[in-house]
Amino acid sequence: MRHLRIVPDDTKFDFMRFRRISFPVSALLSIIAISLYFFHGLNFGIDFKGGTLIEVQSKAGAADLAKMRASLGSLGLGEVQLQQFGAPNDVLIRIAEQPGGEAAQQQAVSKVRGALGDEVNYRRVEVVGPRVSGELLSYGVVGLMLAIVSILIYLWFRFEWQFALGAMIANVHDIVLTIGFMSVTQIDFDLTSIAALLTILGYSLNDTVVIYDRIREMLRRYRKLPMPDLLNASVNQTLSRSVITHVTVSLALLALLLFGGQAIHSFTATMMFGVVLVGTYTSVFIASPILIYLGVGTGRDSLSAPDRDK
Amino acid sequence: MLYFTRWKATAIMLTAFVVCLFAVPNFLPEKMVQSWPKWAQRHVVLGLDLQGGSHILLEVDSNAVRKEKLETVRDDARRVLRDARVGYTGLVVRGNSVEVRIREGSNFDQALEKLRELSQPLGGVLSATGQRSLDVTTEAGNLVRLTVTEPALVERIRQSVDQSIQIIERRVNELGTVEPLIQRQGTDRILVQVPGLQDPTRLKELLGKTAKLDFRMVDVSMPAEQAAQGRIPPDDEILYSASQPRTPYLVEKRILVSGGDLTDAQPGFDQRTSEPIVSFRFNTSGARKFAQVTQENVGKPFAIILDNQVISAPVIREPILGGAGQISGNFTVESANDLAILLRAGALPAPLTIIEERTVGPGLGQDSIAKGKVSSYVGAAMVIIFMLATYGLFGLFANVAVAINVAMIFGVLSLLNATLTLPGIAGIVLTVGIAVDSNVLIYERIREEVRGGRTPINAIDAGFSRALATILDSNITTFIAAAVLFYIGTGPVRGFAVTLGIGIITTVFTAFTLTRLIVAYWVRWRRPQRVPI
Repeated sequence: MRHLRIVPDDTKFDFMRFRRISFPVSALLSIIAISLYFFHGLNFGIDFKGGTLIEVQSKAGAADLAKMRASLGSLGLGEVQLQQFGAPNDVLIRIAEQPGGEAAQQQAVSKVRGALGDEVNYRRVEVVGPRVSGELLSYGVVGLMLAIVSILIYLWFRFEWQFALGAMIANVHDIVLTIGFMSVTQIDFDLTSIAALLTILGYSLNDTVVIYDRIREMLRRYRKLPMPDLLNASVNQTLSRSVITHVTVSLALLALLLFGGQAIHSFTATMMFGVVLVGTYTSVFIASPILIYLGVGTGRDSLSAPDRDK
Repeated sequence: MLYFTRWKATAIMLTAFVVCLFAVPNFLPEKMVQSWPKWAQRHVVLGLDLQGGSHILLEVDSNAVRKEKLETVRDDARRVLRDARVGYTGLVVRGNSVEVRIREGSNFDQALEKLRELSQPLGGVLSATGQRSLDVTTEAGNLVRLTVTEPALVERIRQSVDQSIQIIERRVNELGTVEPLIQRQGTDRILVQVPGLQDPTRLKELLGKTAKLDFRMVDVSMPAEQAAQGRIPPDDEILYSASQPRTPYLVEKRILVSGGDLTDAQPGFDQRTSEPIVSFRFNTSGARKFAQVTQENVGKPFAIILDNQVISAPVIREPILGGAGQISGNFTVESANDLAILLRAGALPAPLTIIEERTVGPGLGQDSIAKGKVSSYVGAAMVIIFMLATYGLFGLFANVAVAINVAMIFGVLSLLNATLTLPGIAGIVLTVGIAVDSNVLIYERIREEVRGGRTPINAIDAGFSRALATILDSNITTFIAAAVLFYIGTGPVRGFAVTLGIGIITTVFTAFTLTRLIVAYWVRWRRPQRVPI
């Protein structure tokens, strides 16, 4: 039986040449992502902004959004957002944080319950008070930093410092682009988004480490091979593995995206973007070529010295 | 790499088998499992997002604790100075301290010494931290300032939380729900998780009430409306009725008997009007006080006050000597029942505020389980087919290894009695991706070694030993991310971190042992002339 081969044996793509394109493109995309974050912003969910989120299901067929909007708008709760959520009878109600401290949030929920009455089932009610939301955000940011630093330290021990630095640049690049994606799509940015970011971090690093592992092995074996050729060979040798792994991960994610339901939709969409699009691209086109600039392998042999100027 | 001693092979298979066995109770009906010994009953707990229920985070009102603490200090200072017969003026609470001005300079040292005695060492005699409950300082003009120290306040808040947890437990248990979880979080917070609750309104009402009950006299010297507009007598205050319309009452500040003296409270019906009521019973000292007060005040009204709201203000018709009474006040059957629960459980030492609430209805939970199942099955099926198409027989080996891997994840989750959330299911699906990757790494490496000119067995051996180093490195990095997630995450996110972390460990175990073992047995059996990948 003939097996499926996505990548032919012994590919010889010159990935390193692409760094003259990939580096400026990545830099540009990162700048765009950062300015998106500052000028367009993220759609902070209630976890970080505080407020109330209520998911209701109308008992009699499709929900009448206009009617609900009218009855909730008259409650004096400030901005009330309604959104169809999955099925036509599912509605997501978002209420901004109420002034007047913790107790005011709870009163808002009672008012909504009073206004909608028995016409709907309450599928989910989430209320995050002002104090908790501030803490959750700082926890999230601290966690992300902590993860990057601890992974960096691990890589520093396992490899040389240049590899750790290269991986970190690749890492930050992934996170920045994913945040840009979240800003463009205005996906809810909540606690699960932090989870998604951390997983993307882990995955992208996983991929980078596999290639770095090979580069390290090649460095030991071929002492005179010019650096760009060595990096190209390493990426090409691991290419088949990278592609197959990413296909399987994408298949698993695709199943979650299609059948996992609304509750984890933004989570899987973010993962899909981060893992499949950014993670793969980064380890091949950013994490590996950057080692040339960080001076990996320059001390191996005087014969390879001319590479340094490239 | 391909040689296993007999005992090693047995140990590997036994470990995998035993861990998988722990997953079994999850798939059997509950009735069947109940007759098993306790250690075998361990199973995965469904998170609130899957089984439905309420997660409520409460915070002790630290301002109320502070205020109460300061008032205690003020009262203590008054008592001490009065006992020592020292004249003083302006005993007030100001900011975080109590201030008092000693009238006679000659008494100052004596007064200061007495006031200093109020400051207690913290944490008992044994843990001599050197910290005290009060900082006593003096200022010009014979002013003494008693400041409540921060550690003293923190300790008081901790005590309040401990007492509150006990009271909340009593209240929640009355709801008759299964396995409520009530635990302290940080210094001033309490987490309450109640699974399988349709509507949390009643739970929140039971949690949100301080349930401080007092009996006080109503001041009938002037109408309450008049007092509200003009001067309120210094020993009185205006409180409003709990029911609509809110009528004002002029009541004395002095508490005759408090809820702390109750021994029992039960809902019932008034024999004449058949309205719902709550009947109560005092302990001995409460009964004595109540008897004395009612004897002295026949014909006058007294107020029954719950959390500073007047529930009713009946007129004392005759002395109540038996130590039992009843409260009536526009109750419904349910509100009478709830009040009885609150009175039996006791009053909270300080008010609690709900600062976070997450409630999932049972319908959404079931939908999520169904969706989680469908997406897992579809994802698994696609991965299995893809692996078979790519690697043939070795793809089958990989699929077997991944299946055992997933079974082991469930085994470990059961062993830890871990909570499975919807993001947790996502974590398992992603683990399937990582687990497959470990096989891909090995197989691709073997292919490379074959192309490099090695004999099949040699190539398989080298492929394993080289790929395993990479697998370890790449999985440790992902594991670090999972560990950080576990550390910072709460609820569902933590569930994701748990399954991801466990998944990585089982993946490394399977890659290092089971996959190798399967391939080793195949090599010994078939003596392959070429590698079929």
